[in-house]
Amino acid sequence: MLSRTADSLYWTGRYMERADFLARILEAAIRLAALPAKDQATVTAWAGAIASSGVKSGFDASGRTVSEKSVREYLAFGADNSTSIKACITKARTNARSVRTALTIELWEAINGAWNGLNELGEPTKRDDFTNFLDFVKSTSLAVEGASSRTMLRNDAYWFLRLGMAIERADNTARLLDVKYHLLLPPGERVGGQLDYFQWTTLLREVSALTAYRWVYRESVRPWLVADLLVLNRQMPRSLASCQGMIVSYLERLATDYGRRGPAQRLASNRLTQFNEARIEDIFQSGLHEYIQGFLNENNALAAAVQEQYLV
Amino acid sequence: MNGGGSGTIRDSYKTLAAWLENAPPDLLQARSRQAELFFRRMGVTFAVYGDEESNERLIPFDVVPRIIGADEWGGLEKGLKQRVTAINAFLKDIYGPQDCIRAGIVPADLILTNPHYRPEMQGRRPPGDVWCHIAGVDLVRTGEDGFYVLEDNVRTPSGVSYMLENREMMMRLFPDLFAEHAVRPVEIYTDMLLRSLQASAPSGAGEDPTIVVLTPGPFNSAYYEHSFLADKLGVELVEGGDLFVNDDTVYMRTTEGPKRVDVIYRRIDDDFIDPLTFMPNSAVGVPGLMSAYFAGRVTLANAVGTGVADDKAVYTYMPEIIRFFTGEDAILKNVPTWRCREADALKEVLGKLDELVVKEVGGSGGYGMLVGPTSTKAEIEAFRAKLIADPDDFIAQPTLSLSTAPTLNGGSLSPRHVDLRPFVLSSPAGVRVAPGGLTRVALKEGSLVVNSSQGGGTKDTWVLDN
Repeated sequence: MLSRTADSLYWTGRYMERADFLARILEAAIRLAALPAKDQATVTAWAGAIASSGVKSGFDASGRTVSEKSVREYLAFGADNSTSIKACITKARTNARSVRTALTIELWEAINGAWNGLNELGEPTKRDDFTNFLDFVKSTSLAVEGASSRTMLRNDAYWFLRLGMAIERADNTARLLDVKYHLLLPPGERVGGQLDYFQWTTLLREVSALTAYRWVYRESVRPWLVADLLVLNRQMPRSLASCQGMIVSYLERLATDYGRRGPAQRLASNRLTQFNEARIEDIFQSGLHEYIQGFLNENNALAAAVQEQYLV
Repeated sequence: MNGGGSGTIRDSYKTLAAWLENAPPDLLQARSRQAELFFRRMGVTFAVYGDEESNERLIPFDVVPRIIGADEWGGLEKGLKQRVTAINAFLKDIYGPQDCIRAGIVPADLILTNPHYRPEMQGRRPPGDVWCHIAGVDLVRTGEDGFYVLEDNVRTPSGVSYMLENREMMMRLFPDLFAEHAVRPVEIYTDMLLRSLQASAPSGAGEDPTIVVLTPGPFNSAYYEHSFLADKLGVELVEGGDLFVNDDTVYMRTTEGPKRVDVIYRRIDDDFIDPLTFMPNSAVGVPGLMSAYFAGRVTLANAVGTGVADDKAVYTYMPEIIRFFTGEDAILKNVPTWRCREADALKEVLGKLDELVVKEVGGSGGYGMLVGPTSTKAEIEAFRAKLIADPDDFIAQPTLSLSTAPTLNGGSLSPRHVDLRPFVLSSPAGVRVAPGGLTRVALKEGSLVVNSSQGGGTKDTWVLDN
């Protein structure tokens, strides 16, 4: 397969995943901001959305100040935000279009449908319409993932698309967790207090895992258990360990198909071994924030290794 | 469906006419809406240059097929093969011994100073002496006495994806109509193309040559077609950046390392194909490609330099060219043409500009032309000035009474002018024509301009069996 084709598939996967993640962040912020709490909580919710998406410097540099309106507009549509939902879907579609022949008709229609829908829905500002917009974005990522898994041959095209999704998802889960743990609780609020509790449950909702949490732990929501679920639990499809497992299996399939392993495979499987040996107590002891920062760096290094090995 | 204004229904249309008679009144409109929805969902679009708003537009599709009888097609096919055979022989001669210039068939200056003549190709011989692997010949019919060639497209003719997609669409929309007609299938085109390209591979390429389609990229107006063809051929769609040349061999960059490329079906103009040989600022080409080409290590389809054969000034010499190279009279006629480079002709043209169609010699896409009868006085005068300033750049033709075909217009059928572009494939194994073509239709009443960039649409073209 052409390296450029692999690159476009990989980025189609990453951008579609990112669009979904942004929709989830915005949805959670709307819920948090609706809490009957002090004004501080509202601002915190929207500031948290900016921080979790990793666009704080761009947002600040644009001269905007944090408010529901400005954050919604910036993350969903911001013409000056190169990773807004709109930008992500547009880039995913541009990438997909440039490798149209590597996609099944169903997958292309799902991606093209996301882009058509984006143009039809415009840039809604009313809260109801905006929520519909977010629902639409989430439904497109399901459609894309479903179309790819149901219709694509299990060959390199599929592995590169899925690899992009898995690497992006790992990055997104890590950021979510870090922001909640490190930044979110405003001064004066008690750890374990009502706002804190609500924030943790919202985090679980963001990754569609509130019900899963109750099934797994049968306890009220506790920070270290949420972290355990999102970092180490292999049953949880968005956990760092699960994402890492997917990354390893896609890379191994590529290695088998091509008959050659490389630095990306070695890097990925070393990390998976570390997950298998890790315990959440140890992670907390040495600091969750430090752990996540380390994870994000390694995830980036892995992405760079994939790039180097296959995509140029 | 009325031939030359005779007011009767052509035989080839009789079954369709009877079928339409019995169809519910709004059926065609409903099918038409369905077609548009489907084309949009599939992203079958083309880009219009300088039109930022509707950067991806659908070409309007008319659901009423254009039907050509078996006998009529038989004659056309023979004429097309003759014409393209002559064009290949002409190119071989121009870039070889130049007998036709010495024999006075075409003037030397017209060839040697032609912007599409490539001196770099002088003395070169592509595999099998095939220069024009893919040709799209534009035809119009003006009455009972058959078809005229409007122009030969022998550089990178486009539109074949519409021939194929329109058929798919029609089979989906009107399966029962196909049951009542014996329509020859067009989908063999991609198979013919693949075999044709394989047969054109350089001698060192081995049993199973690697073929690619080279596109300028997603922003090109015909990108959809490029990706469509690559898909149907089952070959990679590459951009310039995907290819590199090492030791006079062309490779593509793949996830498994470099892979040798033997045949390039290129949809990039000569000017842009290799920045080391032609336009140095081309960002879509492949540096060094021409040196691999000259070394005989890769086939380009079409060959470099074919544009000298489809230039509108050279067109006027085609009847003589065909006679010279095939020893036969041309089966397909040329439209009578005044060469404005000749003083007598220019004088005559200036005397009746309001009756003529005047075209720029190097123009395409319906731009830069004057349609006398439908132009205002001011437009004609402006054009007159251009023509006098640079007569060499223009040819003039009579306004033809083009044939019309029934076309859906609101709720009913109206006659609209059509042309036809069949596709002709050449390889060392022979010349073949796909049974069909792209029918373009001028959707505006009375309009003669069928180009998609100027509001033209397309129709499915049916060639009937027996």
